[in-house]
Amino acid sequence: MEHDEKLTKLDRILEQYAGKPGALIPVLHEAQKVYGYLPEEVQYHISRGLGVPLADVYGVVTFYSLFTMTPRAEHNIAVCMGTACYVKGAGQIVEEIGEELGLKIGEISEDRKFGLEATRCIGACGMAPVLTINEEVHGRLNADQMGELLEKYKHMH
Amino acid sequence: MSHSSHILICRGTACVSAESREVQTEFGKQLKQRGLQEQVRVVHTGCFGFCARGPVMVILPQGTMYCEVRVEDVREIIEKHILGGQTVERLLFKDPVTQEVTEKIDDIDFFKKQVRIALKNCGHINPDDIREYIARDGYKALGTVLTKHSPEEVINIIKKSGLRGRGGGGFPTGLKWELTRKSPGKLKYVICNADEGDPGAFMDRSILEGDPHSVLEAMAIAGYAIGAGQGFIYVRAEYAIAVQRLTTAISQAREMGVLGKGLFETDFEFDIELRLGAGAFVCGEETALITSIEGNRGEPRPKPPFPAQAGLWGKPTLINNVETLANIPAIILNGAEWYAGFGTEKSKGTKVFAIAGKIGNTGLIEVPMGITLREVIYDIGGGIPEGRKFKAAQTGGPSGGCIPAGLLDTSIEYDTLLEAGSMMGSGGLIVMDDSDCMVDIAKFYLEFTCDESCGKCTPCRVGTKRMLEILERITEGKGTIDDIDLLKELGHGIKEASLCGLGQSAPNPVLSTLKYFEDEYIAHARDKVCPAGVCKKLSSIRIVPEECKKCGACAKVCPVDAIEGKPRELHEIDPDKCIKCGKCIEKCCFKAIKR
Repeated sequence: MEHDEKLTKLDRILEQYAGKPGALIPVLHEAQKVYGYLPEEVQYHISRGLGVPLADVYGVVTFYSLFTMTPRAEHNIAVCMGTACYVKGAGQIVEEIGEELGLKIGEISEDRKFGLEATRCIGACGMAPVLTINEEVHGRLNADQMGELLEKYKHMH
Repeated sequence: MSHSSHILICRGTACVSAESREVQTEFGKQLKQRGLQEQVRVVHTGCFGFCARGPVMVILPQGTMYCEVRVEDVREIIEKHILGGQTVERLLFKDPVTQEVTEKIDDIDFFKKQVRIALKNCGHINPDDIREYIARDGYKALGTVLTKHSPEEVINIIKKSGLRGRGGGGFPTGLKWELTRKSPGKLKYVICNADEGDPGAFMDRSILEGDPHSVLEAMAIAGYAIGAGQGFIYVRAEYAIAVQRLTTAISQAREMGVLGKGLFETDFEFDIELRLGAGAFVCGEETALITSIEGNRGEPRPKPPFPAQAGLWGKPTLINNVETLANIPAIILNGAEWYAGFGTEKSKGTKVFAIAGKIGNTGLIEVPMGITLREVIYDIGGGIPEGRKFKAAQTGGPSGGCIPAGLLDTSIEYDTLLEAGSMMGSGGLIVMDDSDCMVDIAKFYLEFTCDESCGKCTPCRVGTKRMLEILERITEGKGTIDDIDLLKELGHGIKEASLCGLGQSAPNPVLSTLKYFEDEYIAHARDKVCPAGVCKKLSSIRIVPEECKKCGACAKVCPVDAIEGKPRELHEIDPDKCIKCGKCIEKCCFKAIKR
């Protein structure tokens, strides 16, 4: 792995957690913040840095849904599929976005601009149905508004 | 410096998504422009609970509540309310059913029947300022405990209060503390379970966002009682605002000397570390949570040994849920008898519920145990909107079940809900109306548990998958009447044989809907009809000729050209082409298209 800026950051993270019990998950969180995802090389580096077998690192990465081994899209659309959102029509929202962008759940558009996923309840049930784009929460939605909402992000970098 | 007015703006997750942050910034800007920043103080608070009407704000001293406040409304509120002394009528709460307008927060029905103990500070204080918590008797309970009570006395107070675990199980909290205290070993831990995963439950998130110090204080009290010096809070990483507030709270508490060494000039020391979850529902189960903090895949392990005997890194560990802990300081300050005075014989105190779904006032409420479902749904929740009929209330999330209309007068207690085939759970309460299909809802929950099953034990890993396949068959019109019996048999088997709470409760949504809505299952499996018109393969869409005004709007919106007919002619849907997307139903202004 090349010695680049990201790697320096990762090394600093590993240093900070060295010798701490139960450090793997916090380190993976931080590493994913740096890289955006957790490719094999990063996992290998973490395994060496913490002295945890690579199989265990891989096991943890694949167990938890927030860790990903594929790069994220520029705008990650996560439609909440909690019960409150579901009974208030989250299904139709997914359909509408899927139609608009030509994506199915779990897919990323070819230009890496949009990714579509279903997420667990984010606890904003009062505003159901909700979705998040990147970190921002959008609530009280209906399927008709999707075109307009996406249009805003299509021109955003 | 004293301010003549305070503007409290909710900055909980729901209100933030409705741009309460921008509203607050705008208030700050405009007040400064007018030189009013000395007279009017703008405070951001945690959740008021009135999420459906967010962003919400309250102006003190009048106690006026404004709902759905936009940035554009700020000028009018300053000019009319702050300077003019009049209320801005159009932003006041208007009852969705009676259309009655209410000005003061305390007069709104939603708030009137509530008793706030765990939520006492939510919506009243700035969660990012420890001084506001202290001003409302914060950390006084910790001080009292450390200087006046022995650990055994503290445990006795909690035992007498009758407090039971609010995370779902309902285990007596005082007993749990006592067991952990009595376990041999010098090193012990306190863990706060903030891995709130039930879809539709957001009480823990709101407490952490609105009153993080109450949880820190309670953890320190628990640490003193059981003999632990270190605590962990395991919180969902998805709860960004809660994580941020907790981080601030912990560092402020250390600075103030209420966390760390030599607390209240005694030898007692206690510190807290934050651990983020990574999106695994099963980690809400206590043994899985411990495994996760240790840095592993969050898989549960058999009990016994219970965490109280051998928990985190093999040491005796006390795990309490956020809401349970939030009750502790109030119990210490007001006494066990006071707390036990609320609720019923076997379920003492209050419970926070997150009410959502097909209900007028979605949001967060805290009510005394023993209140009936009817009171919660109709008196506080404002009933079912759009003139629809109540069908069922789902409590307990994927581990719970559905309670039908016939049992609306059931009082809310741990045991009565279990008898009804559901459970208290963490307090999510989702209301469903006659347009919801119970088989589809059961399938929804099974999809959830099947996906979240960690895979360690076979009954849960394979069993939930098989149940889901059967439900898929039934909802696609390929089921048979025997499938219903198979579901029951599998469900009971999984409950008996699974390793942890997730598997032991996973069949509940199916079994409880089978108990009360078996006719819907039969309609799907035998008659190939979905009575609610939700399951697409089992419903058809038709145009009612007498009501069709021949406008042609439906034909234009149909994505697959399944609607034939020219304008001014009667339209018909070609059932072979129709994909039952329902676009035409939404489009038709005359409600002439029906499922």
